[in-house]
Amino acid sequence: MATLARRTPTAGSGEGLYAVWERFKNPIFYAVLIGWALLCLAPLYFTLVFSLKPVENAYTPPLWWPTPFTLKNYETVLTSFALFPRWLTNSVIIGVVTTALRVLFCAMAGYAFARLDFPLKGFLFNAMLVSMMMPGVVTLIPKFLIIGPGVIKGGLELGGLTIPTGFNLINRLEGVILPHMVDAFGVFMMTQFYKSFPKELEEAAEMDGTGRFGTFFRIVLPISQTQLLTLALLTFQGEWNRFMEPLLILRTPENFTLPIGLQWFRGEYYTLYSVILAGSLFNTLPILVLFFAFQKYFIRSVATSGSKEG
Amino acid sequence: MSTLARPGSAARSKRFTEAVTGYLFLSPWLFIFFTFIVFSLGWAVYLSFTRYNLLRPPEWWGLEGYQRVLTDDLFLEKALPNTFKYVLVVVPLQTIVSLVLAFAMDQQLRFRRVFRTIFYLPSVTSSVVISLIFIWLFAAQGVVNQIIGISYDWLGEVGTAFYIIMGMNIFTTSGTLMLIFLAGLQDIAPAIYEAASIDGASKLQQFLFVTIPMLRPVIFFVVTVGVIGCFQVFDQLYVMTRGGPLDSTTTVTYLIYKWAFQDTTIKMGQASALAIILTLIILAVTLLQRRVIEGSGAAAD
Repeated sequence: MATLARRTPTAGSGEGLYAVWERFKNPIFYAVLIGWALLCLAPLYFTLVFSLKPVENAYTPPLWWPTPFTLKNYETVLTSFALFPRWLTNSVIIGVVTTALRVLFCAMAGYAFARLDFPLKGFLFNAMLVSMMMPGVVTLIPKFLIIGPGVIKGGLELGGLTIPTGFNLINRLEGVILPHMVDAFGVFMMTQFYKSFPKELEEAAEMDGTGRFGTFFRIVLPISQTQLLTLALLTFQGEWNRFMEPLLILRTPENFTLPIGLQWFRGEYYTLYSVILAGSLFNTLPILVLFFAFQKYFIRSVATSGSKEG
Repeated sequence: MSTLARPGSAARSKRFTEAVTGYLFLSPWLFIFFTFIVFSLGWAVYLSFTRYNLLRPPEWWGLEGYQRVLTDDLFLEKALPNTFKYVLVVVPLQTIVSLVLAFAMDQQLRFRRVFRTIFYLPSVTSSVVISLIFIWLFAAQGVVNQIIGISYDWLGEVGTAFYIIMGMNIFTTSGTLMLIFLAGLQDIAPAIYEAASIDGASKLQQFLFVTIPMLRPVIFFVVTVGVIGCFQVFDQLYVMTRGGPLDSTTTVTYLIYKWAFQDTTIKMGQASALAIILTLIILAVTLLQRRVIEGSGAAAD
């Protein structure tokens, strides 16, 4: 206080206030940042603390430390409640398969748009850009019908033949994977990438007599690893956390994904909140690990999603 | 041999091969695009003019579905106003919060990377998990009430439930949007800031008169994505409140879900009509917002 008084003899006037601001703006700035950081950490921290406390203590103090301490909730999640491992497996299958397919198919389509010449190319590319702005909810009902019972019940009768109009994949993991195995944003991202990519290597390969497919799989794909990894992380995070479609498609508990299972579990056993918290960490942790391992790519993936307009 | 006779045909056959290859490479995307976007959109429009309950084939209904939507009390008095309220609160706040965070992360800071990592954490968590955590944090005997020493059912009361969900979504999207803004900020040449500070502009003035105008395209993108996303908010409402208490958190997308999949009498036609109406609203708002942001740009220049 003494130094403050010395430095600002006219503390009441506007200039004095400005001096006070000059002196304290950095500490204030850091205090605000630290405050927001604590807020960002709080949900995760409390989840961890209370998942390590017995079920009976889910709503009781102490808040800041797991006393009494127990690993019972994790034991319930991993061993005594058989559905949890199922949900985890289902989530991994959907996440990994969708990601692998999407990365491959987006790279293929992006390569075609960037490098090959074919009729209607410009038109299809523009149609894809328009589809990126379309709100997903408008196709929700037809999408459900196509994945499931079909848009025409019993199929389309055509001269004695019955053609099914749906994939009949209700309550199957394939039903969640199918519509998301390629998407417009990924194709767009790969197109932009291949456009900015030097052609020489591919041309050299073609001189050597390697066909388009050989060139693509042996040269183009390996060279674009970084971009593919970025797309893969973006896709995996999205599919791992997806909610609405799996909710509609997956009907019986043994086929649920982790998010669907967790919210169902809460409905069935709402008194076991500590178990829900422990289970929820299994949903957050893998993404967190991926995030720390590939932070650079995550940040890049978000940044590219922003630059499509800018 | 004939290729020798007609020199053009070699080039033509090469073009043909390339076109076939192109479509082969494109085929997975084309299949999904036509099935789940083009055809689905067409079928959604068709269903919106029908009465359809899954048990019997769609029955032509003309504009009856639209009429029922536009006279439905739950839509007019709850879902529509709630949706607009949600968009009007969440979009500006999430844009401002993330822009300020990004601006702070663009300064010379100690532990900048640590801060950036922590600020991104809420965006890593899935919508369901963060909802489950917030239900428990804001329960009557939950952590929040224990800290402030009261007992109040935040998500069970009409006056607070929707605002808790709004606040949670602003909180969780701020990390992702911060990174988008940060990428935009790093494209602004430092020379512009140097020039501004030589002219005597304070940090706040630099933010208002350099950063914001330079970032206009990124702001447009963030607001557009925000508007499209917020008009379709669903996960958090489903997990946290199921549209309650007293329909105070029922939004248009939740109502579409309710009519098409949840009600005892399924109304897929009417739900499709509502989905088309929502799409038109989103389209109109996006175009309007584009004019506003471009208009303000013209005024500033």
